[in-house]
Amino acid sequence: MPTDTAAPTVTRLAPPGAGRSRPRRRRRPALAAGQILPGLLLIVFLVFFVLPVIWLLLAATKTDAQLVQDNPLSFGSWHALRQNWDALTGFQGDVILLWLRNSALYAFVALAITLVAGIPAGYALAMTEFRGRRALLVTTLVVMLMPTTTLVVPLFLEINAVHLIGSLWSVVLPYSFYPFGVYLTYIYFSTALPRDLLDAARIDGCTEFEAFCRIALPLAVPVIALVGFFSFVANWTNYFLPYVMLPESNQYPVQVGLGLLLTDVPQFNPTAGTAAVLRPELALATLVAISPVLIVFLFAQRFLISGLLAGATKE
Amino acid sequence: MNLAPVTGSASTRPRRAPRPIRAVRGLKAGHAFVAGYVVLLAAFGIVPSAYGIYFAFTNSANYFAGLSNFTAAARDFRYLPAVGHVAGYLVIWLVALVVFVTALALVLHQLPARRIGRLVRFLYYIPGALAGAASVMVWLFMLDPTVSPASSFLRLLGYGTFGQVIEPGHLAVLFAMIAFWTGAGGWIVVMYGALNNIPLDVIDAARIDGAGRWQIARRIQIPMLRKWIVYMVILAFATGTQLFVEPQLISEASLGVAGRDYSLNQLSYDFAFQNNNVNYAAAISVELLVVSLVVAAVFVTRSRFFDAD
Repeated sequence: MPTDTAAPTVTRLAPPGAGRSRPRRRRRPALAAGQILPGLLLIVFLVFFVLPVIWLLLAATKTDAQLVQDNPLSFGSWHALRQNWDALTGFQGDVILLWLRNSALYAFVALAITLVAGIPAGYALAMTEFRGRRALLVTTLVVMLMPTTTLVVPLFLEINAVHLIGSLWSVVLPYSFYPFGVYLTYIYFSTALPRDLLDAARIDGCTEFEAFCRIALPLAVPVIALVGFFSFVANWTNYFLPYVMLPESNQYPVQVGLGLLLTDVPQFNPTAGTAAVLRPELALATLVAISPVLIVFLFAQRFLISGLLAGATKE
Repeated sequence: MNLAPVTGSASTRPRRAPRPIRAVRGLKAGHAFVAGYVVLLAAFGIVPSAYGIYFAFTNSANYFAGLSNFTAAARDFRYLPAVGHVAGYLVIWLVALVVFVTALALVLHQLPARRIGRLVRFLYYIPGALAGAASVMVWLFMLDPTVSPASSFLRLLGYGTFGQVIEPGHLAVLFAMIAFWTGAGGWIVVMYGALNNIPLDVIDAARIDGAGRWQIARRIQIPMLRKWIVYMVILAFATGTQLFVEPQLISEASLGVAGRDYSLNQLSYDFAFQNNNVNYAAAISVELLVVSLVVAAVFVTRSRFFDAD
């Protein structure tokens, strides 16, 4: 579920290098039962987590017949991959590309608003005093722990009342409200930005706004990247909100589009019409749908850690 | 010192120190900095909650309806089964999370080869990229014996067709499995980080006293992980009550085996969009809202997990 993306932050943010210097390497005698069992556990779960992903990669290269007859973990052919791609883009005339474009549009517009609203807010919660600060902080924490799906039906009622159902904003604006990002920013500035530095700037005559722009923002690059990462992943993978808000299939983000494709696969839905989607095409569509997030995952691994290292050494 | 939800940063911030100049200037600037966020919080956090509550307590003619929407929704023949489904799913999912995430984090932490450990953690985490509808697509294939790489395993269990695998009695387990597949990797990374924060001296002292690996895990590591485990269970519980995308997609792909009213959120959706009864829908939404609000508020205020000074 998308909200689960909240989880991994913690260690991303955890002190880089904590434990890395520990001399845990110890020479061990030959394998004992106490080592076989844990090893087996790791391998069983490795298969559980990875096998479906590998299968998905391979399924996109097969024809439907190959998918059924061949070894599940065999490679099909580049030709079949090409055909699946052509068939997929042929579905309702390139609609998959439109869905991808929609997903990107919703995710990035929301991300921009999230950053513009959230980074200053997290900064202010950490570095300034103002009336209502604690109340805002506690509210942020509580809302952050609530799953995003909680408010979907009430949000629909609200957006419906202002006649925005089906518009870009019906999805983008609720996405933009991202309390977890504010919390991450708050934590980041609390620990990584020395207050003395700001005080020095103030004594030198900086206004609060200048202090934020000249001192806090340049130091905030790691947390901007981090908030951007989580916000993007959460928005890209959201299903329920756009499913409810967007009535027209040409407005769907790719996640909701996958559901539409699924209903056209005869093996899963015998009532599928003539515009049947073959299973390898659905597998390819799934791959295409997740590829931006997957790329961000692979790319962010190194980038985020180095960003956090930069943040940590400032203390 | 953990940057994320942990206390400890307070010591580096003498906020109570009297600094009148900044306090006065910060007062205005602070409000300006949070203004955009507060608008979003109000418009998409507070207003919809209030609006949902309004609908839940009124009828279609906009008159106050007391609890009648709640009682009527609860009397619907689909309501109790949906509560039961969600409860069953939650039990399986939470138990699996606690047992396997803790065990895997401990085992990974013991691994002498750090590079392999890091790679394995990353591989466990990858399915997180397939959160949402994509995970359901993948698992539809995994559970279809005609194409699944685990088809021999499925046949061994006596399931030869897709319909047999996803029969209604299996759904709670299957949804828990999908949720575990996408979410557990992230939690394993978190638990691993928490294990790294346990001072090595404590573990060394125990080792010198003759504690074995199992005893160290049971008497030192697991107790010290407890607040993280509680955090995980609370978040997973709140998320789990919201079950929607998995049953919704399965219902569209299951040859009619799974209904469109498996979970409470689906029922709320159906009330709103199939039965045109937004008041019943809002009543269910408010119930789910109260559950997650109470859980979150109790956790934030009681656990001292977050540094909200």
